Amino acid sequence: MSNEAEGLMRIRQPIAVTYQWSAGPNATSHLEGLMEGRLIGKRCPSCSLVYFPPRNGVCPKCAAILAEDVEVGPRGTITTFCIVNVPFLGQKVKIPYVAAQILLDGADISMQHLIQECEADEVRIGMRVEPVWKDRSEWGPTLESIAHFRPNGEPDRALGSEAASS
Amino acid sequence: MARDVAIVGTAQRPSQVGTVLTSVELILPVIDEVIAKVGVDRREIGFWCHGSCDYMSGQPFSFVAAVDAIGAWPPIVESHVEADGALALYEAWVKIQTGECDTAVVFSNGKTTSGPIDQILTLQADPYFVAPLWPGFDTLAALQARMCLEAGVVSERAMAEVAVRSRRDARSNAVAWPPASMGDHSVDELLATPYVRDPLRAHDLPVAVDGANAVVLAAGDVARRLSPRPAWIRGFDHRIDTQRLGARSLVESNSARVAGRVAGVNADKIDVAELHAPYTHQELLLVQALGLDPQRTRINPSGGALVANPAMAAGLARFAEAADAVTSGRADRAVAHCTSGPCLQQNLVCVLEGE
Repeated sequence: MSNEAEGLMRIRQPIAVTYQWSAGPNATSHLEGLMEGRLIGKRCPSCSLVYFPPRNGVCPKCAAILAEDVEVGPRGTITTFCIVNVPFLGQKVKIPYVAAQILLDGADISMQHLIQECEADEVRIGMRVEPVWKDRSEWGPTLESIAHFRPNGEPDRALGSEAASS
Repeated sequence: MARDVAIVGTAQRPSQVGTVLTSVELILPVIDEVIAKVGVDRREIGFWCHGSCDYMSGQPFSFVAAVDAIGAWPPIVESHVEADGALALYEAWVKIQTGECDTAVVFSNGKTTSGPIDQILTLQADPYFVAPLWPGFDTLAALQARMCLEAGVVSERAMAEVAVRSRRDARSNAVAWPPASMGDHSVDELLATPYVRDPLRAHDLPVAVDGANAVVLAAGDVARRLSPRPAWIRGFDHRIDTQRLGARSLVESNSARVAGRVAGVNADKIDVAELHAPYTHQELLLVQALGLDPQRTRINPSGGALVANPAMAAGLARFAEAADAVTSGRADRAVAHCTSGPCLQQNLVCVLEGE
């Protein structure tokens, strides 16, 4: 920067704004459930699909408010997965690890979470898994209340139309 | 050859402050309402266009979620503008002009009270020399008002008169409900109040509210089938002044003047003008730029954006109000206007007419 023109002024002006974020009444029961160790999805009154997580509280297919709470899981089935081998800044989990899409029992869309307590190369589509919750003191309105999912030993489940819809 | 296109239905959500609804939950009921009012099957709609601003939610690409409010199955044709819904209406009008569709739903939402809107809107300013200084949108408007006062093109009394008239009119507009705290004050009483952004007093600044609205556009015979008296778009133009505040005259709105001329605003024949003027002095500048005569033309009978300013929806609200005036028969010809950017940088002007 030594060749800057004479008299040139350089300023740093970081900017930041604070927002009041609202989950909305229709997604709030889902988040409250996670604070109590429960998995609450929402059912569409029009097409009956159960959403977990409930997106913005609206069924995107029907444009209908998702008013009805439905308890789902806690077990689920892996619908697809990827093995992470690449280190990156801020990585919290030791590589290699598995990020998977999990279709919770009773839900119609899958959610993403970590698979732990098994070797990465054992993970497969159709594998049955269960959540491992963090200590109750760490529960909050987030899916991070669940530390990870682990294989629960049940026989694999063939994925049919339920997976196609996720 | 231009196609005849009209606004055939409108819906507006009553203004709120501090809503806990998500943007999607704000939008969904107004889309349902306008679809039901017009009596069209939503699967027949040829194009959907949305106006909103991600800086207001603080989430990149948050506008994508709004598609959930449409019911996008079977797949739809949709678009979004990072701007007021009135600009989305302009895009939809162009889309219909191309012949690709005959109908469109245009909608917008603004959760104006979920963040410091005065700072957020500053990001519309030139990103090199102005925005990094965070002057505040209200402050930029105040600088403009100061220049206008010194140039003698507005007066503090005329500005207060705009506020008194707007507040009075807003009382009979259910969707533009002003907070009760606004009270009922005379011009003299308002002029005795302190400056909040010298030379702007509280009544010169817009009331930030959360809102959403939607309108249906249709072409030709489809419009005649859907509405007993469509509000036909007879002229439409969008002009932009330079983003360099120091490189243009702030005591007039040149882009509004050109847009008004190209849109064919004939001041003698305009019954109602809904002008998107968030600040009192800006209404005075717009009336001047469009050549309107307040004795002939009713200015902002809805109360305007001054008393209810859902950012990114306040411009489309002007179009909804102007169209309602035509469809109801209160006006044969109306002007709808939307501004964007600091100090009336962008101006969109539309002339609506009943048959």
